Amino acid sequence: MVRLEYSKKVLEHFKNPRNVGEIEDADAVGTVGNPVCGDMMELSLKIKDDMIEDIKFRTFGCASAIATTSMLTEIVKGKTLKEAEDLTWDDVVEGLEGLPPIKVHCSLLAVDGLKKALYEYYRSKGIDRQDLKPNEEDDHDQGEEEKEVGPIV
Amino acid sequence: MKRVYLDAATSMPTMEAVVKEMLPYMTENYGNPSSIHEMGRFPRDGMERSRKEVADLISAKPEEIIFTSGATESINLALRGTLPFAKERKKIMISKICHRSVRATATALKTSGHDLEFLPIDKFGMIDVERSSGIIDNGTSIVSIPFASNEVGTLQPVREISRISKDAGALLHIDLTMSAFQVPFDVTDVDVDLATISSPDLMGPKGMGALYVRNGTRITSLLQGGGQERGLRSGSENVPGMVGMGAAARIAKERMEETSQGLIDLRDHLINGLTEIPHSNLNGHPTERLPNNANVRFEFVEGESMLLMLDMNGVSIATGSACAQKTLEASKTLLAMGLKHEEAHGSLMFTLGPYNTMSDVNHVTGIMAEIVDELRSMSPTFNKE
Repeated sequence: MVRLEYSKKVLEHFKNPRNVGEIEDADAVGTVGNPVCGDMMELSLKIKDDMIEDIKFRTFGCASAIATTSMLTEIVKGKTLKEAEDLTWDDVVEGLEGLPPIKVHCSLLAVDGLKKALYEYYRSKGIDRQDLKPNEEDDHDQGEEEKEVGPIV
Repeated sequence: MKRVYLDAATSMPTMEAVVKEMLPYMTENYGNPSSIHEMGRFPRDGMERSRKEVADLISAKPEEIIFTSGATESINLALRGTLPFAKERKKIMISKICHRSVRATATALKTSGHDLEFLPIDKFGMIDVERSSGIIDNGTSIVSIPFASNEVGTLQPVREISRISKDAGALLHIDLTMSAFQVPFDVTDVDVDLATISSPDLMGPKGMGALYVRNGTRITSLLQGGGQERGLRSGSENVPGMVGMGAAARIAKERMEETSQGLIDLRDHLINGLTEIPHSNLNGHPTERLPNNANVRFEFVEGESMLLMLDMNGVSIATGSACAQKTLEASKTLLAMGLKHEEAHGSLMFTLGPYNTMSDVNHVTGIMAEIVDELRSMSPTFNKE
């Protein structure tokens, strides 16, 4: 049911994700999301002369979460920090030839992960780039209006 | 590529023998059973024979079977049709292990002045009898429970809930959708007022179902019209559908023991194979469960990813992960059992049919281990020892 809504490009990235793993001596790491919400992404970057020399990712999540992180790493690898800062979720969705509307939040999260890594990178250099700091509010709504008696566990 | 279908809970094929019995009622015996002439008599005979076959499946009387368009309609008729007679009783009791059509119907009834409460369930997805007894009271109009959870397969203490409901003077509806083809149910043994049966879940035709309405139960129709089905389901009868459902019910009853044992063998083999994968656990009750259900959670990975990778390998299954639902909500059943959100996200439902083989099961357990390994290798929550 969900599969039909994914583009060939999303399925291709899901099947053969690029740049999976972690960079051991990374210059910056950005972790966003939460397994409770179903998506968690970790991006590690190697930066040289203001350029993203290498980038790797690890993702817990659905096909779209994996494909968006994979696509993002492919786009920004070899780009300057300035170019990476300007990346938007639109660019990631476009690169994937579209995402089902209900899955667009995955691309926002992936871009947040990159920005968070860049924020951490600048911070390690003594530069406070608040503009790159993603909102970390937990939008996970567990509200339950129905009256019920909970489980004994 | 080998194709393995382990999603019986979502849909099953219609048996060829059933289709054969249906065909003459489309091309030859096409008369309207309400007609007095002979062309009406043949379909009428077929319809009444089928009603008896469906009744026999649960040891009911034929006149207690109302044919509907499926389980959803049966559930709506059971809940909405009886409430006008509930008088001062305003409390509907369901559970979080019920099918969403029960939940949605009951929730909609809240707007017409009824309260909705949930029976407590334990970590196996089984209704807690002791704690239920204090909640089902003389303000309860109707209690609706499934005979088995459609998701984790846990069989429910229907006898005890029946006793408590009857003591409180409340009506009891039992949803037999998932269990009818594999676990016997007898209305002379369990005191129940209403019971839902689904035709496709008996490997009969889709678009058909039935509601058992015990003689003497006060109930009104949802549709107005020609007064078919004792006035409870107006509209010219779907005779081929009824004949198909009747045939499926007859075959299900004849083969119940054999079907059940075959499925249990496959299920246990499947559960053993899947839970051998490190950090994986069975959801639901270890023994009191549907013969065809294996629901397993795999830590550090997400369900939709596993589902798609299985699909790419020719295997069809279902998941309790939020990411695979249109609403992005995690399974209410799994959360109500006390599972954490991330555990619900990593849960898969494998449901077997009589057409599955040991070779299917071995195929799935083999590739499942590879898929979980691959996804864990890219999961930031998985710490390799």
